[in-house]
Amino acid sequence: MTDLAVATTGLVKRFGGHAAVDGIDLAVPPGSVFGFLGPNGSGKTTTIRMLLGLVRPTAGEIEVLGQPIPGRVTAVLPRVGSLVEGPAFHPYLSGRSNLARLDAADAWADPRTSRARIDAALDRVGLMAAARKRYRNYSLGMRQRLGIAAALLAPRDLLVLDEPTNGLDPQGTREVRHLVADLASGGTTVLVSSHLLSEVEQVCTHVGVMRTGQLVAQGTVTEVRSGAKASVEVETASPADAAQALRGLGLVGVEVTATGARADAGDVEPERVVAALVAAGVGVRGFAVRRPSLEDLFVALTGEGFDVGE
Amino acid sequence: MSASDVTAGPVAPVRAPRPVGAWFRLLRSELRLVTGRRRNQAGLLVLASVPVLLAVAVKLSNDGGEGRGRGGDFLTAATSNGIFVALAALSVEIALFLPLAIAMLSGDAIAGEANTGTLRYLLTVPVSRTRLLSVKYAALVIGSVIGTAVVAVTGVVIGGLLFGLGPVTLLSGAQVPLADGLWRVALSVAYVAVGLSALAAIGLFVSTLTEQPIAVMVTITVISTAMWILNGISQLEWLQPYLLVHYWTAFADLFREPVFTEEISRGLLVALAYAVVFGALAWARFGQKDVTS
Repeated sequence: MTDLAVATTGLVKRFGGHAAVDGIDLAVPPGSVFGFLGPNGSGKTTTIRMLLGLVRPTAGEIEVLGQPIPGRVTAVLPRVGSLVEGPAFHPYLSGRSNLARLDAADAWADPRTSRARIDAALDRVGLMAAARKRYRNYSLGMRQRLGIAAALLAPRDLLVLDEPTNGLDPQGTREVRHLVADLASGGTTVLVSSHLLSEVEQVCTHVGVMRTGQLVAQGTVTEVRSGAKASVEVETASPADAAQALRGLGLVGVEVTATGARADAGDVEPERVVAALVAAGVGVRGFAVRRPSLEDLFVALTGEGFDVGE
Repeated sequence: MSASDVTAGPVAPVRAPRPVGAWFRLLRSELRLVTGRRRNQAGLLVLASVPVLLAVAVKLSNDGGEGRGRGGDFLTAATSNGIFVALAALSVEIALFLPLAIAMLSGDAIAGEANTGTLRYLLTVPVSRTRLLSVKYAALVIGSVIGTAVVAVTGVVIGGLLFGLGPVTLLSGAQVPLADGLWRVALSVAYVAVGLSALAAIGLFVSTLTEQPIAVMVTITVISTAMWILNGISQLEWLQPYLLVHYWTAFADLFREPVFTEEISRGLLVALAYAVVFGALAWARFGQKDVTS
């Protein structure tokens, strides 16, 4: 038993010979909003499927809310709400009937409160007006909302939301962000996967970054971000001299740019850099210390471009 | 990494499962889903149209002459008593329409849910795989009963309207009161439904193998049709007692006095054997399956 809301050790899933998930140690602290990041095809969804007992791990162990998965999956899942790889409902049933169907399937749900809970869930995602419409006539955004409503049919200790803002307009994305923040403030742990950083960056306390089946970074947002190197940039008319001065300080990654020079900041304090530049007679027009955004970091960790891991 | 400062105890109140009540609640939901579907309602209409067609055809031909082919004996008898329209219709539909209906429903059961993606949401509700499979099978059994009953009830009603109902002359010549005859029709429905339920067990197993409901439907239709064909080849007599469909028409023995029970009990045993074997296979397969749909 661990205190973590979600913990995996050496988790592996192979499909045929290909390892979709290749030995990850995920650690989601209770009460956190954990951003599970990675490009499409990096193994996020397969990991989530394993957490929910849909897919059996090839190797490794999983604990969700302190219980082993898949062994105790039916004991754990009543406390877990999930949205996995997009919403899926019966197309010819209304939104409300679809929720009623899921509620009827829940052995832990009280049928007497079913109606009230369905109303509350629909209301929470703003679908009340469309509750009687058939699911097939829902827009992508409405479908996504219904998926989230399904996860909220019962009180949860853990929410696993896989790409919850897929297909939502900016307005809807913001609402989901508020919803996540709201749920988290109530004490629910939220594991939210995404390939879009912007939406995660603002609500997450923790992040984990996947790349081709491996977890390449994990920790609080600050921790992960501090792992990225800051850089210093000098704007000047004499780039060569500036570069010389930067090298003289022992900085690495020195480059001459169109407007000046840059280098990795390393351990040297910015004020010393400026002093050295001035001392070397470089006319400094501008000076900046740049910390990479989470997005830069994400790209650095996961690679740029469209390569989907094998 | 540093442990989070936020320590959250469980916020969700501990809820207690209600195993028995919940099983029936899911079954009711399943039946609503199956019966509410337009396509299935249309399927029932097709099943109901056969006895109507048969009765009208016999009425129009006006002589009731010698019935040929399947259901012939019953059709001949229909002119004197409408109750036999039900039996003629069952004999006709047992070869293709009723198995087709079961094939369709079993395709929806697991493969259909996998295909729409709703399977993953049922399983994460959570519904244990055993519970889901047992509810799905119960719904298929009820579907078999409903399908068969619709054929029989429509047959009795249309037969009664066109030819009248009265004391029933059995195939063995004895005459029994109408109530007795209707009771025997009800038993026939139950017997045919048992056979179809065994076919549904095969269907449920195939349904766990694929995400394409159409593939299940084709497979089950092919299996049942192939069994009917094998059952008709006299050189294969040694094989026929093991075919699920071999005893299906034995419900006619219920219309003898005394009732011939030998074929019927064998039919029930064979059906039970098929249901157990394929039910177990479905359970073993579904329990281990990776749900990636």
